[in-house]
Amino acid sequence: MSQSKEQLVNKKNIIKKINDSNFKNGIKDAVPIVIGYLPIGMAYGMLAVNKGLSPLQTTAMSIFVFAGSAQLVSIEMISAGAAVAAIIAMTFLVNLRHLLLSASLSLHLRDLPLYYYPFLGFLVTDESFAVGMSKIHDQEKKNRYFFGLGLTAYFGWVSSSAVGAFLTEFINFGSGGALDFVLPAMFIVLLVMQISSRSEIIVAVFSAGLSILFSLTINGSWNIILATVMAAFLGVYISGDN
Amino acid sequence: MIAGMFLVTFIPRVLPLVLLGNKELPEKVVLWLSFIPAAVLSALLAPSILLQNGSLYLSLENTSLVAFFPTLLVAYKTKNIFYTVSGGLIIYLLTSVLF
Repeated sequence: MSQSKEQLVNKKNIIKKINDSNFKNGIKDAVPIVIGYLPIGMAYGMLAVNKGLSPLQTTAMSIFVFAGSAQLVSIEMISAGAAVAAIIAMTFLVNLRHLLLSASLSLHLRDLPLYYYPFLGFLVTDESFAVGMSKIHDQEKKNRYFFGLGLTAYFGWVSSSAVGAFLTEFINFGSGGALDFVLPAMFIVLLVMQISSRSEIIVAVFSAGLSILFSLTINGSWNIILATVMAAFLGVYISGDN
Repeated sequence: MIAGMFLVTFIPRVLPLVLLGNKELPEKVVLWLSFIPAAVLSALLAPSILLQNGSLYLSLENTSLVAFFPTLLVAYKTKNIFYTVSGGLIIYLLTSVLF
């Protein structure tokens, strides 16, 4: 008796969650991310299968790792015969920047029950972070919003890499062409939306320059994290002056 | 291998949320963190339009670079993700035909 009541309440809660407007807003805002993921995910899926992973392994990596650049790098390393430890170390380095994203996001995802954080954290990517940070201010339930956003992007990534992996034998995809520009275009508008002060413009320009400089001089995707950390320090320094 | 990759991706994503989510942060740290979005977006964007195969690609044939400027204008005028992405795609296609 009481059990069925509990089930009813659970059901109601689930329906409430699905109808939740913050969650829905998150799903809606993830659409450009999913469009951007399509060519990259499919390219990853194709590459991985071409380099010898099975379609199932390829998809499993997307399900568990959910990190585009690290996955592409790992495929290159697998095909070059790299050691497992080296691949894992590389993945760690490539994804270390999420430490910064997650720390920055923690300003908005505060005072939640601890068990929320693994789920929200798993969904932190460059893209979900970028969209999230530009829109999360207006959301009442920030955790629901980010969950809808991240989860949708996640499904987009997993399904596009699965499509690439399983269809490789049938279709030969060329280069993404104009679709290659989807994510840069998204980063451009998110950057513009993010900038509200002169010091942020200076930080952005400085970070761009450093990122180029480091990627020309240091191997292994260190450019993003180094440029970001240094540029953010510059931001603190110049705001201190004003 | 996938398990290892999962862990090293998962931990940096979750740990800061867990450690910082329920704490008061010093003002300086909050200020520093507030610059992260602009800095990281810029750091991701710049190589994607300025580099090709690991070296600078400054040429009118670099479609992404040429398309960057009108797309930036669209972004600035509309401040809308959908308009900018679809506008950016059209600009990119036009650019690749023109140059």
